Amino acid sequence: MAIKKWDTQAENRRDRLQRAASICTDRIVPAERMTALLEELIEPGDRVCLEGNNQKQADFLARCLAQVDPQRIFDLHMVQSVIALPAHIELFERGIANKVDFSFSGPMGARMAQLVAAGKIQIGAIHTYLELFGRYFIDLTPKVSLIVAHSADRQGNLYTGPNTEDTPTIVEATAFKSGIVVAQVNQIVDQLPRVDIPADWVDYITEAPNPHTLEPLFTRDPAQLSEIQILMAMMVIKGIYAEYSVNRLNHGVGFNAAAIELLLPTYAESLGLKGKICRHWMLNPHPTLIPAIEAGFVESVYSPGSELGMEDYVSARPDVFFNGSDGSQRSNRAFSHAAGHYATDLFIGSTLQMDLQGNSSTVTLDRITGFGGAPNLGADARGRRHASSTWLKAGREAQSGLSAAPRGRKLVVQIMETYREHMQPTFVERLDAWEMMENTGMDLPPIMVYGDDISHVVTEEGIANLLLCRTEEERSEAIRGVAGYTPVGLGRSHRAVENLRDRGIIRRPEDLGVDHRLATRDLLAARSIRELVHWSGGLYQPPKRFRNW
Amino acid sequence: MEHLQFEFKGSANRKGCQKTTLVGVVSSGNLEVMLENSELQGLCRINVSTSSQGFGEIWQAVLNDFAARYDLSNLQISINDGGATPAVVCLRLDQALENYLEASS
Repeated sequence: MAIKKWDTQAENRRDRLQRAASICTDRIVPAERMTALLEELIEPGDRVCLEGNNQKQADFLARCLAQVDPQRIFDLHMVQSVIALPAHIELFERGIANKVDFSFSGPMGARMAQLVAAGKIQIGAIHTYLELFGRYFIDLTPKVSLIVAHSADRQGNLYTGPNTEDTPTIVEATAFKSGIVVAQVNQIVDQLPRVDIPADWVDYITEAPNPHTLEPLFTRDPAQLSEIQILMAMMVIKGIYAEYSVNRLNHGVGFNAAAIELLLPTYAESLGLKGKICRHWMLNPHPTLIPAIEAGFVESVYSPGSELGMEDYVSARPDVFFNGSDGSQRSNRAFSHAAGHYATDLFIGSTLQMDLQGNSSTVTLDRITGFGGAPNLGADARGRRHASSTWLKAGREAQSGLSAAPRGRKLVVQIMETYREHMQPTFVERLDAWEMMENTGMDLPPIMVYGDDISHVVTEEGIANLLLCRTEEERSEAIRGVAGYTPVGLGRSHRAVENLRDRGIIRRPEDLGVDHRLATRDLLAARSIRELVHWSGGLYQPPKRFRNW
Repeated sequence: MEHLQFEFKGSANRKGCQKTTLVGVVSSGNLEVMLENSELQGLCRINVSTSSQGFGEIWQAVLNDFAARYDLSNLQISINDGGATPAVVCLRLDQALENYLEASS
C-alpha cells in the first residue's frame, strides 16, 4: 500500500523556490528580473492574490504579472480585494488569468462588464472584504501572493506605514499554508521604523522603480457640499444621533457623511450634544472629521486604512488614533471591519438605487462595481451579544408588539437625495441589479444592503423609520413617503403617509424641529480644504489635486 | 431651453410688497427664483425656463405641492432653472417665499 504523503504543498513550494533560484538566489530581487521570477514561481491554474485596495496598490507587481508569457502562465484564478488598475484587466485580456473572486471594481467596473460579456472573465463571486478574507483561510487560500509595503530591511522585515490595510491578512493566509509571498517596497533600508510583517513570512522583496500608488479615496472637498446635504445632515444629527445617543459608529464614504462630520462642531454643539454623541469611530481618517476631533467630539478612531495627507495629523493625535511605537498609524482592514460589524451601533451610507423593500444597490446596467465593506458594516450583527443603550432602543422599536426574546438592533441608515445628478431617480420599482444578474448568470442580484437590515432612510423630505413598520405594505409606504417626486414617490397614498407621520414613522424636517432656513453653507465648520488645513494647525497636507490656493 | 407655465387659484389674497424677491443663481444643478407682486385676479402664475427637457410632470407635481403649502394669489413667479433636482427647487421656492413674506410684513 502506498504511504500517503502529507506535505505535498510544502514540497511543491520547495520545487518552485528551487526553479526560482535560476533567476535569483537572493531574497532581494532586482526589479528587472521580477517578471522572469514570477514565471518560475507561478504555475498554470494557480490561485494568486494581488494586493490592492481602494488605497494602496501592488502596482509594480501587477504590471510584472501582466507581462508574463501566457504560453507558460495561464488560467490563473485571481483572488483580490479590488480590481482597480489597467494591469488587473490586462491579466484577463492576455489570457494569463480567467477567473476572479473579488470585492470591488469601481474604476474598472465598465471594462469588467465587457470582459464578462466576452467570456474572458469568469466571476466566482463578489464578496465583502471580510467575507473574501475569510475565504482566504477556507477555500480560496492563495498559492502565491504579491503584496505591497512601504519599506523593507535587509533581513526582509516589512514596514507598511499607516496604510497597513490588507497586508497582514493576505500574508498570514499564504505564508502559513505553504504559499509564496512576494513583496514590492518603495525602498530597502538598514533600519525600519517598526516591523509590521516579520521577515520569515516573506519570500522575496523587490524595490519597485516607483513608489506604490496611493489613492486619496476618503477626501471630500467641503466646497462641494450642497444645502440639501446640509439639511439631511441636520436631520440625521437631531433625529437619529441625538435620539438614540449614537456614540459608536461608522460613516460610509461620500459627501452626505462629510456634511454630518462638518456639522458636529456647529449644529450638534449648538444642540448641546458634545460628549453625548459620536465619541468612538471605525473610520478611515477622513479630513472632514478634523474639526470634530479638534472641537473635542471624538475620543477614538480605528481605521481600515489611512488617507493621503493625513499622516502627520494622525501621528500628532495618538490619543485618538491607533499609532505604533514609531509614531505612525497602523491600520488593519480585517480587524477594522470586524470592529465595524460587531462593535458599532450605527452605520450610515449612501446608495445609487433603493427599491420599495429598502434593498439598495450601487450596480447600474453597464458597470460591475462590487460591495467593498458596506454589506458588513451596513448589516445588523446577528451574532452580537453585548448591549448598549442605542442598540437596545433600536431593538425595542423593532420588537414592540411582538413576542420574542429581547435583542437589540444595529442602526443602519441610508442617506440620499431622491434624485441623483442628471435627474436619475434614486428610488426605483426594480433595481438594475436584477438585470445585471440575468445578463451575467450570477446566482444572486448584487444587492449591497438588504432592506431588512435598514433601520432608517433619510432624504431631503425627511426620515422614514423602518424599525417601526409592522408589515411589508407599511415599509413600502414609508419609503414612498420620503421618495420625493420620483415615480415611486409620486405613487404614494397621501392618507397613508399622513397616518405614518402621525405615528412617527415618517418625520419631516418640521416634525424634527429642523429649520431649513439654517441649512446653508455657513453652518459648516469648514467650507474648503484650506479651512480643514487651518483646523489641523497645518498638520493636514492635502494632495495637490485638492489644493486650489 | 424649455418654457412651461403653471397657474394656481389661491383663496387668500395675501398682500405682497411692491419689491421683488430674488434667490439663487442660474448654474448647473441650481436655479434662480424671482417673486413679484402682480394683479392677476387672485391667480399665482409660475413661468419656468429650464435647461432640462421633458420634466413637465415633475414640475407640475412640485408646484402643486408648493401652491397647496402656501395658498398664494396675485403673485408672479419666474424660475430660471439650470437642471436643479426637485429637492433644490423646493428649497429655493421656500427660501424665496419666506424672504418675500418677510419683506411684506
